Amino acid sequence: MSDVILRVSNISCYYGQMQAVKDMSLEVRRGEIVAIIGANGAGKSTLMKSIAGLVAPRRGTIEFEGAKITGAPANRLIRKGISYVPEGRRLFANLSVRENLELGAFVEKDNKKIKDRLDEIFELFPILKEREHQRAHTMSGGEQQMCAIARGLMSAPKLLMLDELSLGLMPSLVEKVMESVVAINKKGVSILLVEQMVQEALEISARGYVAQVGRIVREGTAKELLDSDEVRRAYMGM
Amino acid sequence: MDFFVQVLIDGLMNGAIYGLVAAGLSLIWGVMDVINFAHGEFLMVAMYTCYWIGMLVGLDPLFSWVLTGAFLFFLSAGSYKFIVRRSIGKAAMAPLLATFGLSIFLKNFCLNRFTPNFRLLSGTSLEGKVTHIFGAIVSQPKLVTAIFSLVMLCVLHYMIKKTRIGRAIQATAMDREAAELMGVDTERIFTLVFGIGGMCVGIAGGFMTSYLAVFPEVGALFSLIAFVVVALGGFGSIPGALCAALLIGLVESFAGFYIAPVMKYVAVFALYLAVVLVRPKGLFGW
Repeated sequence: MSDVILRVSNISCYYGQMQAVKDMSLEVRRGEIVAIIGANGAGKSTLMKSIAGLVAPRRGTIEFEGAKITGAPANRLIRKGISYVPEGRRLFANLSVRENLELGAFVEKDNKKIKDRLDEIFELFPILKEREHQRAHTMSGGEQQMCAIARGLMSAPKLLMLDELSLGLMPSLVEKVMESVVAINKKGVSILLVEQMVQEALEISARGYVAQVGRIVREGTAKELLDSDEVRRAYMGM
Repeated sequence: MDFFVQVLIDGLMNGAIYGLVAAGLSLIWGVMDVINFAHGEFLMVAMYTCYWIGMLVGLDPLFSWVLTGAFLFFLSAGSYKFIVRRSIGKAAMAPLLATFGLSIFLKNFCLNRFTPNFRLLSGTSLEGKVTHIFGAIVSQPKLVTAIFSLVMLCVLHYMIKKTRIGRAIQATAMDREAAELMGVDTERIFTLVFGIGGMCVGIAGGFMTSYLAVFPEVGALFSLIAFVVVALGGFGSIPGALCAALLIGLVESFAGFYIAPVMKYVAVFALYLAVVLVRPKGLFGW
């Protein structure tokens, strides 16, 4: 069995009195694409934020490469190799694409490495090369999403977490973005993604988790979930 | 004609100095959304520091600004770490009241220790010296202060736009959580920004001591003008602050000379009201 890069055990997260994540557990193995699917308000994003270090879980533990990282702040976790592309992209609107990407490599001090990564990224997303000096907020939604993913890659993460990539993108673009996720995965980056576009997400994933009102209600290989009547009815409208 | 040049140069010099005083306030406001009500009092503390260094050690403000700048950096960063930080994320008014309390404390501390009397540092190297520019008589201490303010503003602008740490400051200002995800320790950036804000008035205050009397209330007018400058210039923009400050300096100077000296602040604040009514985000704000 391939080794586990991320293990989340029984975590619970609260916003004030409201419990958003109830006793969730999951794992991501090295080199895998894992999808968390589910409707709005299922606690998926909160789960992602707690792994990324933006929300501290009240109970439970999170381990990355065997070391406990529960409650560590986001600015430390990116140094360990966890990169989180947040929902809604959150680009630095007034900065250029290039500056956004350079900020993605903020933890890297070696300019040579930053340059190499930029070249690699421009190869993966040629459109960003064209838009290099354009301000981030002047690009289309799809381009912004690519820029956000690219920014997340600039720190050369071991685990890339992608939150609602498809949000606000037209279907043809969703497919394109998913293709680039696969391409990134082929380079050896483990990927954890959260999606409402269930079919598209499961098609590229090895395994999946189904979240419902704060709990993981089901897990399995992507194929199992895609074939499951329950999942098809609830999330794909079939 | 002579008078015109005189008034113009006076206005520009005052403006440049206001620019440096306001830059610190603008930076803190732009990055952290915190209004530092103690800003003027930091200026006052800087002036007292410079005054006492001059009195006790005999060091000229031309050199002691380095010390006051450094001292204010730490004083301001420390006030953030120990006072302001604890008030952020609580009630909306909390940081405001915290810095307001700090300003009252500093003012009364100096009132208690140093009396309300005006103190002018005498015997400085530039004291009473003047330069003639196109027929205008320009006080050298003030000219040096103005020029140095401009230099500092350029350095600050360059630092924010071009350096790695400046990028991190910009990122924190735009989206704190996203900056955190890039690996920026935004808590440290906040401390740094507060420190830099203090350093601006530290340096300004250091130089100003060479021509301006120190007293516990000296910060009040400057901080009021700094607020106007920041509101006109747009929050967080250093070039905006400089342009607005020069404008304020000119309006003050021309209104004072061509209308009446008592009218100069009326003109300044009337301009402020007009701009806020017409363009609430300021002349250069985003």
